[in-house]
Amino acid sequence: MTQGLQGPRPEERPHPEGRRNAQGERIDPVQEAKQETRQATVSALVKHEPGVLSLVSGLFSRRQFNIESLTVGPTTVDGHARITLVVEETDAGIDQIKKQLAKLKPSIAVGELGTDAVRAELVLLKVQGHEPDKVHAITQMYEGQTLDAGPRTITVQITGDQRKIDDAVDAFRQFGIIEIARTGQTALARGDTPTTPGESPAASAESTASETQNSSNTQQ
Amino acid sequence: MSERATSTYPDSTEESTDEKPTRRPVTNGAQSVVRALENAGVKHLFGVQGGAIMPVYDALYDSEMTHVTMAHEQSASHAADAYGIVSGSPGVCLATSGPGATNLVTGIADANMDSDPMIALTGQVPSDMVGSDAFQETDTTGVTAPITKANYFASDTDTVGDVVGEAFAMAASGRQGPTLVDLPKDITNAPTDREPGPGRTPSTYNPRTDPDPEEVSAAASALAGAKKPVILAGGGVIKANATEQLSEFAIEHEIPVVTTMPAVGAFPEDHPLSMEMAGMHGTGYANMAITHCDVMLAVGTRFDDRLTGGIDTFAPEAEIIHIDIDPAEVSKNIYADYPVIGDAGTALTRLYDAMANEPDADDWREQCQTWKDEYPMDYQTPEDEPLKPQFVVEAFDAVTDDDTIITTGVGQHQMWAVQYWTFKQPRTWVSSHGLGTMGYGLPAAIGARLAARDDQTIISFEGDGSFLMTLQELSVAVRDHMDITVAVLNNKYIGMVRQWQDAFFEGRHSASEYGWCPEFDKLAEAFGAKGFRVDEYDEVADTIEAALAYDGPSVIDFHIDPAANVYPMVASGAANGRFALSEDQL
Repeated sequence: MTQGLQGPRPEERPHPEGRRNAQGERIDPVQEAKQETRQATVSALVKHEPGVLSLVSGLFSRRQFNIESLTVGPTTVDGHARITLVVEETDAGIDQIKKQLAKLKPSIAVGELGTDAVRAELVLLKVQGHEPDKVHAITQMYEGQTLDAGPRTITVQITGDQRKIDDAVDAFRQFGIIEIARTGQTALARGDTPTTPGESPAASAESTASETQNSSNTQQ
Repeated sequence: MSERATSTYPDSTEESTDEKPTRRPVTNGAQSVVRALENAGVKHLFGVQGGAIMPVYDALYDSEMTHVTMAHEQSASHAADAYGIVSGSPGVCLATSGPGATNLVTGIADANMDSDPMIALTGQVPSDMVGSDAFQETDTTGVTAPITKANYFASDTDTVGDVVGEAFAMAASGRQGPTLVDLPKDITNAPTDREPGPGRTPSTYNPRTDPDPEEVSAAASALAGAKKPVILAGGGVIKANATEQLSEFAIEHEIPVVTTMPAVGAFPEDHPLSMEMAGMHGTGYANMAITHCDVMLAVGTRFDDRLTGGIDTFAPEAEIIHIDIDPAEVSKNIYADYPVIGDAGTALTRLYDAMANEPDADDWREQCQTWKDEYPMDYQTPEDEPLKPQFVVEAFDAVTDDDTIITTGVGQHQMWAVQYWTFKQPRTWVSSHGLGTMGYGLPAAIGARLAARDDQTIISFEGDGSFLMTLQELSVAVRDHMDITVAVLNNKYIGMVRQWQDAFFEGRHSASEYGWCPEFDKLAEAFGAKGFRVDEYDEVADTIEAALAYDGPSVIDFHIDPAANVYPMVASGAANGRFALSEDQL
């Protein structure tokens, strides 16, 4: 088909030399910049309603964000829950995650935790029970607890930061790990710093209780 | 026109004298739902009856709101969407549970992509049957969670009206969008005497409307220092009713204005500063302007890929000022050097006040005018060739007012309509942008008809493929005596697909040829509408005049050049500045 419009052909037109990277940032055309990913811990204070977790996880799968772990649990305020997410993304991706989370209707506040935040994870490990003394020694070394011990299996619990958990899992491998369950990281900001913006760590029960009043009929 | 198919219309004056008891005390959940809609000022609803929504329809029986029974729920959601676009207030659609609710989904998704204010009310099986895979049960809140701004599962008869009020308020405020309330039948049927309170957004929803003064001041400095400034107006400008502020800003500072497709009508296209629409099928001059600018003032746009082309080549040397009420849209696709979070009108006013001087851009404006001359929007109309679709669009434009409302389906006809109609007013262009829903045009025309003033003309441009998807709604237009003119640009192809097959699939027309199209003029007559057929240039003007003069729905089947394609065209993911003017340039 030869129909078309008049005007200079594409190769006859001026074209700028500039470029943008995948995040839409202008870059030096000579020195192509690629954004590295980093690990971030994002904390979201949300209304504790049916469907809130599916809304959050749906957001992540829909937008193809790379999520490492997600934990959720109630806070001291009735009707509030805290979601802690560990994500591996570029700065732009982390920024988007925070903004998209904040947009969800049950979202009260969203923040990213600094490197000094208090973080912990829990792991349950079920190992072969042939060498109970050695298992006990390793459990003590990692300040863990034995939850169940039988002739064939021993189940222990370890808590701590991600590196400690990783090391503990490695140490238990010698006994033959049968099953493992990890919770993923949960975290709070250190000291008086609020974990999410606007949150008042000492008085959150009083300051935010009123927000739960008229939300009982909403889902998602 | 067939006498048998002609419906008789009730005298509207008769209807108004009909005694309808209103404002009776609320006695059940369904009446509370209806009361919440009345409190919100709703005048029209679009829907289809069904088992689980029956209590709500029963309550509507006593309401003064007008319910339009659509032929298919998909059309109810499109009509409500269009109603929201034209009126600026959320359109309302209703459907029953299960298939009724899922049929609404396309229209909800469409409204979500275009941030159109809309509220959907769906029936649900009784609460004690939820989760049991009961007859006509669907997890409606689950299905619609990704395509609604917010959705609700009503679980308490006493507060169901408040939930509807909140959903309505959510749809209308901040960045607008569709909301949904799922209404289990026992909740709407159960007794309550509680009147719903005024609709309020939830405490967690507080969009920032007034931008940070520091953000504004930084943006103003960048813009004032620009040598090649351009304004990119997005649909948010119309949603925020900020078209006057936009025009004032652009004209005062003499900055060329490019629009996205949803923003068509935000700035008069006959103004010298207008570069019209940019993007895949935008004008060559608009695409040159956004490619070569050094500062872009983007307002209320989400930088859709049909606009940007390849991200790497989008306005590659421009600093971006991005005004948006939704912080999540800023730096989502295109990094914003100067983010300005707030309402478009307020932000433009603040920015206007903060500008120390206007950009020194005489050369740039001259360049923009040169591009207009270099890349004219044109087509040839030799008398011996089949009718050109562009000619049809221009012929309609020539005989109608500036406030005529255009709705469209999706495809080539949509692009010819947007390219060759000169839009001068906001809320006169009603189309499916982000989702690209074929079949949108006719139901949208019905929604637009009810939202528009009586003296506004409604024209729906359709393709044969698009029209076939929802033409059953002609029955609604005839039944309710709606003055709508449908112009089918019939090339017996699903034309945009054919165009892509020619360009990218070696002309292999797999499943794109519609050689068996019905005769739309006769089909229209069968529905009781007025039907016309046009094959020649010299029939165009008279037929348009007759169709527009006809008081009721009419359909003109324009048999256009089947080989006509849409240009300019930016290939998917390519640089906007490399738009093709003909197929051999793709």
